[in-house]
Amino acid sequence: MDFAFSLIRQMRDSLRDLAPVVLVIGFFQLVVVQQPLPPSVDLLDLITGLIFVVIGLTLFIQGLQLGLFPVGEGLAEAFARKGSVFWLLLFSFALGFGSTVAEPALIAVAAKASEVVAEGGLIANTPEVQDAFAFKLRMVVAASVGTAVMLGVIRILKGWPLHFMIIGGYVIVLLLTLVAPSEIVGIAYDSGGVTTSTITVPLVTALGVGLATAIKGRNPMLDGFGLIAFASVMPIIFVLAYGLLGI
Amino acid sequence: MQFLNILFDTLLDIIPIAAIIFGFQYLVIRKKVKRLPQVLIGFVLVLIGLSFFLLGLEQALFPMGNLMAEQLSSESFLPSLAEGAQRHWSDYYWIYIFAFAIGASTTIAEPSLIAVSIKAGEISGGTINPFMLRISVALGMAFGITLGTWRIVMGLPLQWLVLGAYILVIIQTLRSPKSIIPLAFDSGGVTTSTITVPIIAALGLGLASSIPGRSPVMDGFGMIALACLFPIITVMGYAQLAEWLEKRKPKNKAAVSSDR
Repeated sequence: MDFAFSLIRQMRDSLRDLAPVVLVIGFFQLVVVQQPLPPSVDLLDLITGLIFVVIGLTLFIQGLQLGLFPVGEGLAEAFARKGSVFWLLLFSFALGFGSTVAEPALIAVAAKASEVVAEGGLIANTPEVQDAFAFKLRMVVAASVGTAVMLGVIRILKGWPLHFMIIGGYVIVLLLTLVAPSEIVGIAYDSGGVTTSTITVPLVTALGVGLATAIKGRNPMLDGFGLIAFASVMPIIFVLAYGLLGI
Repeated sequence: MQFLNILFDTLLDIIPIAAIIFGFQYLVIRKKVKRLPQVLIGFVLVLIGLSFFLLGLEQALFPMGNLMAEQLSSESFLPSLAEGAQRHWSDYYWIYIFAFAIGASTTIAEPSLIAVSIKAGEISGGTINPFMLRISVALGMAFGITLGTWRIVMGLPLQWLVLGAYILVIIQTLRSPKSIIPLAFDSGGVTTSTITVPIIAALGLGLASSIPGRSPVMDGFGMIALACLFPIITVMGYAQLAEWLEKRKPKNKAAVSSDR
C-alpha cells in the first residue's frame, strides 16, 4: 500500500518534471515554426513515447531509492568499518572504470571523435585505424573516471578541500590545451560531460555521502559531494594528455 | 521488439556495475546485503524504468529535437536576406531562444540530477530545496547551451569561452558559502546525461551543418563542455542568494519591531 502511494506521488512528480519539455516543443512547433509534422514523425508515436518517458522516470526514481541508494550507502559504511583503504580504493577505481567503459554515450562520442581526428590528419583515414583509436579513447576515458573516483575517495578520507583540487585541475586543463593538438580539444572537453551516466551518478553520490557520514569528523555536505566533479574534470586531462602523447 | 533491444542494452550497461557491487559485497566485505529482496526489486525497477525512459526518448523527444533544430536553422525559416549580404549572428535569435528553453526544460527532467538533488535535500536538513537546486542547475545549463549555439554561429574558439567560464567559476568559488561548493561542482557533471546530451548534439549538429563555413564534425563538439560549467556558477549563485535572504530576514523583523 505504501509502495502504491509513493509510486503515485512519484508519477505526479514525473509528470510535473516532463511538462516543461512538452510545453517548449509544443510552443515552438505550433507558434514559431507553424509547419505540419513531416511524415517521418508520427503523432501517435510521440504521445506513446511521452507516456513511456513518464512511466520510465517514475520507475527509475523508485528503483533508485529502493536499490541504488541503499546499496551505495551500505557499501560505504561497510568499507568505513572494515577500515581497509586498499580495497576501498580498488572498489572506487573499479566502479568508475566499469560504469564508464560500457556507457553508450561514450561509445557514440568515441566513434565520432575518431572521425574528427582522422579528418584532421592526426591518424590514418581507414576504418581499422579509426576503430582502434575509438577503442583506446574509451579505455583512456574509463581509466580517467576510475582514477577520478579513486582520487575523490582519497580526498574524502583525508578531508582535503575540494575547490583547490578542482581549480588545480582546471589549471592543468588550460596548460594542456595550449600544447595539445587542436582537433582533440573539443573532444576532450566534451568527454568530461558524457562520462557520468544515469546509473553511475546515484551510486557514486551515495558512496561519497555514505563515506562522509560514516567517517568521524567528516561533514556529508562538505566532504560527501564532489566525486562527480572529479569525474568530469579528470577525463579532460587524460584525453588531452592522450592527444599529446598517444597519437 | 525495440523495447527488448533497449532493455538488453541497458542490461549490458548495468551488469558490470552490479557485478562490481555484489562482487565486492560478497568477496571482500563478506556480509549479506541488507534487505536484499528490496534492493533487487530496486535494481529491476531501475532497469525497466531506464529502458522505458530511453524508448520514450527515442520515440518522442529525439525526433522532435532533431526536427526543431533542422527547421529553426533552415534557410527558409530565417529572415530573408538582401542579395549578397552576410548573415548577422542575431538572425538566429529563435535558435538561441529554443536552445535556452529546451536546455532548461530537459534539465528539469534529467534523472541523475533528480537523484543528486534528493540526496542534497536529505543531507542539508532542509536548507537546500531540491527543486530550487534543480531550477538553478537548469538555468545554468540553459545559458551554457545558448552560449554554445552562439559560439557555433560566430565561429569563436571554444578555449576562450571555457577559460572565461573557469574564471567565473573561480570568482564564484571564492565568494560562496563553503558548504555549497562540492555540491555545485557536482551539479556541473550531472546535468549532461540521458536526455540532454542527445538533444544538445542534435542542436549543435543541425546548426553547424546549416551555417556556411562551419563543419558539423569540427564545430559540433564543445556544447557539452559549456553546459557543464555554467550550472556550477548558477548553483553557487543560488546559495549566495539564499544566504543573503536568510541574513535579511531577521533584520527586517527587527526593523518592524523597532517601528512599533
